[in-house]
Amino acid sequence: MATDASVSLNEVLQKDEGTLIQNWVDAQVNAPTFRADRTSRQELMDQSRRFMTLLREAVRSGELDIMGHGWTGVRQMLDDLSVARAQQGFSPSETATFIFALKQPIFDRLQGGGSSEAPRRLWSTNTLLDRLGLYTTEVFQRGREQVIVRQQQELMELSTPVVTLWDGVLALPLIGTLDSARTQVVMENLLQRIVDSGAAIAIIDITGVPTVDTVTAQHLLKTVAAARLMGADCIISGIRPQIAQTIVHLGVELGSVVTKSTLADAFAIALKRLGLAVQKQSSAPRRRDEEGTDARAAADRGEV
Amino acid sequence: MERIPILKMGEYLLVTIQVDMHDRLAMTLQDDLTSRIVSARAKGVLIDISALEMVDSFIGRMFGDIAAMSRVLDAETVVVGMQPAVAITLVELGLSLPGVRTALNIERGMDLLRGLVAARGRDDAGSA
Repeated sequence: MATDASVSLNEVLQKDEGTLIQNWVDAQVNAPTFRADRTSRQELMDQSRRFMTLLREAVRSGELDIMGHGWTGVRQMLDDLSVARAQQGFSPSETATFIFALKQPIFDRLQGGGSSEAPRRLWSTNTLLDRLGLYTTEVFQRGREQVIVRQQQELMELSTPVVTLWDGVLALPLIGTLDSARTQVVMENLLQRIVDSGAAIAIIDITGVPTVDTVTAQHLLKTVAAARLMGADCIISGIRPQIAQTIVHLGVELGSVVTKSTLADAFAIALKRLGLAVQKQSSAPRRRDEEGTDARAAADRGEV
Repeated sequence: MERIPILKMGEYLLVTIQVDMHDRLAMTLQDDLTSRIVSARAKGVLIDISALEMVDSFIGRMFGDIAAMSRVLDAETVVVGMQPAVAITLVELGLSLPGVRTALNIERGMDLLRGLVAARGRDDAGSA
């Protein structure tokens, strides 16, 4: 029966191929999922023609299992097409429409015979096209997942800088949500830098952390505890009013961890602990456009 | 039997752990150190673990115990040179050792110890 279905499909594909492709491309263009901004009729025409050639070869091989050897060419083409469309920003259904649009023209032709075999042929062709359509979706998904994995890795690499504010004072400006994997990287980076630089004080700034839940707080506390075990003090800064509220509502116990609302406050405390102070230079007043840079400029001049 | 050497430097004791600790060794160290604190009338203990690369919960707890025991024997304890991996492990094990003082290296540890011992001396003088 399988062979019977492939024979009838073969006939349909052989007969009047030009019109079939024409109808198919029409169906694709008229579908609500057609993206005029991403692709053109001409491009679709080329793709459809290429696919049809491969499909005919596959059907002629007599196999109806699309994972079979005879379908390698078809799968290859669908792989390329789906990956390309995933990268161009098509949606999965927009990509799968390429196959599903072929149903109508083929069914019209299969029905034309009017024989008693028609429903069965329709069914097997339907199954075949469904499988091909689902295949494009799977490949599409895989392409997207690869993009996501790559982005995650990139994010992991660039998101955890440890900066030296002063000799013996490190700062770790955290940006973005803290999950377990990221905390691990952050913690390791910070502790390694503490060893390398021999810093006695580390400031963890969470201004860029959008929300703090119990898990995030737990991670922060772990980092602080680990730094303390190595002999460095941690100060948590950049706590926004909402976050302060959340921390209290959640009942998170920060214990003896020193918290400050801004990085500047934390830095001031750090300098104080090191026995340093920032002073305004009374002589040689220098005009500065930005007031905020005054303190830092004074510190840069070594006025401590 | 394998032992970890305990060096006496004035009123301080210096312990440098340079081998991987196993449970028996840890227990021996605890015994040796407590008796040494008493016999040497030490005021401070400095434990250098910069060469220690692996810990388990038993060894982790031992540091806490040693610190607590020394305190009872009137000596301050400072643990120095903990490696990042060891610190992370201890925290993940839930051992943040709140009773143990820590410092980055021997030099800072010594400074801290001197400060602690001096402060304790002042306290004793004040309360007497």
